[in-house]
Amino acid sequence: MPEYRWPDRNERQVLGKRVSRLDGPDKVTGKAKYTSDVNLAGTLHARFLRCPHAHARVASIDTSAAESLPGVKAVRVIQGPGKEVQWSLDDIAVVAAVDEATAEDAVGRIAVEYEVLPHLVNEDDPGKAGDRTKPASEQVKGDPDQAFQDADAVVEGKYGIPVITHCCLEPHGQVIDWSGETLTAYQSTQNISGMANQFAQPLEIPAANVSIVQDHVGGGYGSKFGADSWGLETARLSRETGRPVRNFLERDAELFVAGVRPSGFARIKVGARKDGSLTAWEAESWGTSGLSGGGISMQVLPYVINPPNVRKKHTGIATNTGPARAWRAPNHPQTCWLTFAALDDLAAKLEMDPLDFYLKNLNLTERPDLYRKQLIRAEELMGWRKKWRPRGQETANPVKRGLGLAFHTWGGRGHNSTARLVIDPDGSVSVSMGTQDIGTGTTTVIAMVAAETFGLPVNSIKVNTGRSPDYPRSGPSGGSTTVGGVCAATRRACQLALEELFEKVAPRLGAEPSELEAASGRIRVKGKPFRSLTWKQAASRLGVTPLEVTGRNVSASRRASDGKLIDSGVAGVQMAEVSVDTETGVVRMKKFVAIQDCGLIVNEKLADSQVYGSLIMGISSALTEERIMDERTGSLLNGEMEFYKLAGLGDIGQLVVEMWKDAEQDARGVIGLGEPPVIAPVGAIGNAVANAIGVRVPRAPFIPRRVLAALEEKGGLYA
Amino acid sequence: MPKPKEPEVKGALDVSRRGFLTGAGAVISSSLVAGTEALRAAPESSGAAVAGPGKVDLTLTVNGAERALALEPRVTLLDALRFELDLTGAKKVCDRGTCGACTVTIDGKPAYACSLLAIQVQGKDIRTVEGLAQGDRLHPIQQAFVDNDAQQCGYCTPGFVMACKAFLDKNPNPTLDQVRTGLGGNLCRCGTYVGVAQAVLQSSESQTGSLAGEGRNHA
Repeated sequence: MPEYRWPDRNERQVLGKRVSRLDGPDKVTGKAKYTSDVNLAGTLHARFLRCPHAHARVASIDTSAAESLPGVKAVRVIQGPGKEVQWSLDDIAVVAAVDEATAEDAVGRIAVEYEVLPHLVNEDDPGKAGDRTKPASEQVKGDPDQAFQDADAVVEGKYGIPVITHCCLEPHGQVIDWSGETLTAYQSTQNISGMANQFAQPLEIPAANVSIVQDHVGGGYGSKFGADSWGLETARLSRETGRPVRNFLERDAELFVAGVRPSGFARIKVGARKDGSLTAWEAESWGTSGLSGGGISMQVLPYVINPPNVRKKHTGIATNTGPARAWRAPNHPQTCWLTFAALDDLAAKLEMDPLDFYLKNLNLTERPDLYRKQLIRAEELMGWRKKWRPRGQETANPVKRGLGLAFHTWGGRGHNSTARLVIDPDGSVSVSMGTQDIGTGTTTVIAMVAAETFGLPVNSIKVNTGRSPDYPRSGPSGGSTTVGGVCAATRRACQLALEELFEKVAPRLGAEPSELEAASGRIRVKGKPFRSLTWKQAASRLGVTPLEVTGRNVSASRRASDGKLIDSGVAGVQMAEVSVDTETGVVRMKKFVAIQDCGLIVNEKLADSQVYGSLIMGISSALTEERIMDERTGSLLNGEMEFYKLAGLGDIGQLVVEMWKDAEQDARGVIGLGEPPVIAPVGAIGNAVANAIGVRVPRAPFIPRRVLAALEEKGGLYA
Repeated sequence: MPKPKEPEVKGALDVSRRGFLTGAGAVISSSLVAGTEALRAAPESSGAAVAGPGKVDLTLTVNGAERALALEPRVTLLDALRFELDLTGAKKVCDRGTCGACTVTIDGKPAYACSLLAIQVQGKDIRTVEGLAQGDRLHPIQQAFVDNDAQQCGYCTPGFVMACKAFLDKNPNPTLDQVRTGLGGNLCRCGTYVGVAQAVLQSSESQTGSLAGEGRNHA
């Protein structure tokens, strides 16, 4: 077995290079086919009747008028009389018709009577939640009471961040073609290999009869791991009608029932000594994940910085709202903001520059040296020392500028993954894996690893993904685990294959297999490049049988023979500069600096894109994104994209991204990058707003109304 | 937020798409409609005719080719492209003129295909993302998107490409501020705006400006 390792830094031909993503041309020409682009002959369109009430019992349902409409092929009742519906827009019935418009017409003909029940949809004030609260037990470390008594400075504040949604541009959905014994699910998913059983078990068919197909997915962000209740209904419609059925959620359903991020609110008290040493933390937090209660996890509150004395207690609040799903870096963005807001207020009370405050307290983090270096570098790129002024700067200009910072951490160890590597006698190379490229560039990095190992051009490697069970199993794309999983599996497969190929061609080159290397499109004797075969000549030695090997990554394995291909755990520091118009309350992004490590960087162009994208997503959640519920009716008020606002091209200011790629990080191997840089933006931006206007805007997003309210409390607009 | 751009196609119609969906038929200017046999006479006073609610024959000129279709008048241009012509580059996201994922050009101007009826754009030059490249040779703005990694999941990308193409046709030498406002009508969830802005600026005549700051080459 070969010694699994990455080539030394100075020997790499492909890894780390700024290679353009291989599916770029397909994506810019419209050739890239997404699941929602699948047009099968004879396809029926599904449309769901959704409950208009947040909490209700179905009293009666009459589908006859829908069934008699020409073009309607099937009507199914999902939640019939007696069923208790726990959130609005939940599925009541579904129609399959010859086109979307007919399906929509049919849904409008279904008559349902509801017994409306009391609801709770807002969790801002746990005092109003009554018996909907689900308190967890208090956790205590050290002696917080004594620590607060001994503290030289103590601040208390209330901070919050609401539920936001995933808002995938390609809505959740599928096209299901159930013909005969086999079910083919064209599924919009982040979880190709984990999908078949989610259809097979509830539909009571063998998993082997289920095929999953997806070429491209229009966003997931943690919300597309499941077959979903509507996917199963679509399958049942296909079985019933004998035709392919297509279902993609309407935008309001996409925003409400297909994935949201839990909210997080907290009353936080923090204490420190005069020199800035953080000594005490106390937090009562709450939030909602929907009917389950939930909300943010106390395990990551306080975030990154762990004071010696802590008391914390969390209460989940059960609301009649669409259930939460994993949202890029679950829990971290919320608890990062809550923590860094409280600590920023404490630094202000101590009259310290927050940068000094954090430098003082890095011993309370798991990576003090790396955070220190990253903070110092971020300071240079932002010009923090030159620009920073204490809160409440007295300038005549009603537009105030401010700086804020926050930092974060994430794991990102590669998931279980198996790669099948085939070298054909004509020299062609393919890597097949039941993974998915969710826009992170997964197929490109797989090709790069193979190209590096074989000394071949990146575009000569064929990468097959997006099919199950055709390709070996790989993990879901979540938690920044994909890049490590697929790169390690591919590298091992390629090293194994190369070892076999060397054995085949060694006699021809009059050398031992161990003396050979693959480089520049040739197999050659090390140190004697004139004794070589082209890759094609070498592959022809296989005769008529392709060389096929599999390489595996087992996430939990820590055997020495695994080699140092992947690792877990990153840091990352971010600084924001904003302007705030104190007359209108409008916050504008000026500049944002992000320093990010992720071990060995496979493709720097794609890595940059991950960070830019994270920052922009973070800016959205800091400045505009919020799910707004109507307390009286229990309905979602902003279920369309003109009201559920995403940042546009003009809203992001200047972004400065720097990947931290020193030799020490590089030696750790590949670590995931999708989550970490999305964590700190709200904290950094929220603190920049406070720095600009001299008063804390306690709740994200920092929209004009909240900025003006915070200024009002301080004593009027011009105070 | 910059205001989303209005669809720039000015048809003779003064009927909203939602009006079509709720009504049984539609009053349209007869000059726009080919399938006149499907029309019945409208009241004299309006000088207009009613089409539908059943299917009517129409012809669309898409990427230079004439395509004959039979569609209900309520069918949007976007659905006609996606479901009838299998031109699935333009995407249905918000379906109400907010996000720009369905952007095509009509007589050279950008338009949201979700907010136009197919019958409304007969006789006009409809261009979709599929018509931009010359065989395997990408249009320069497409190549710039690839080079600058102006796509992640790529679902907003076809609409963005068409919006950028139309924007550059009108503003061959834009400033960064013009890019910021002129392309504010297309939304991306993955956050590809830095690449998009770079692609546009590199495709422009002056080739200057960036949303990205210095500092990416620290070793």
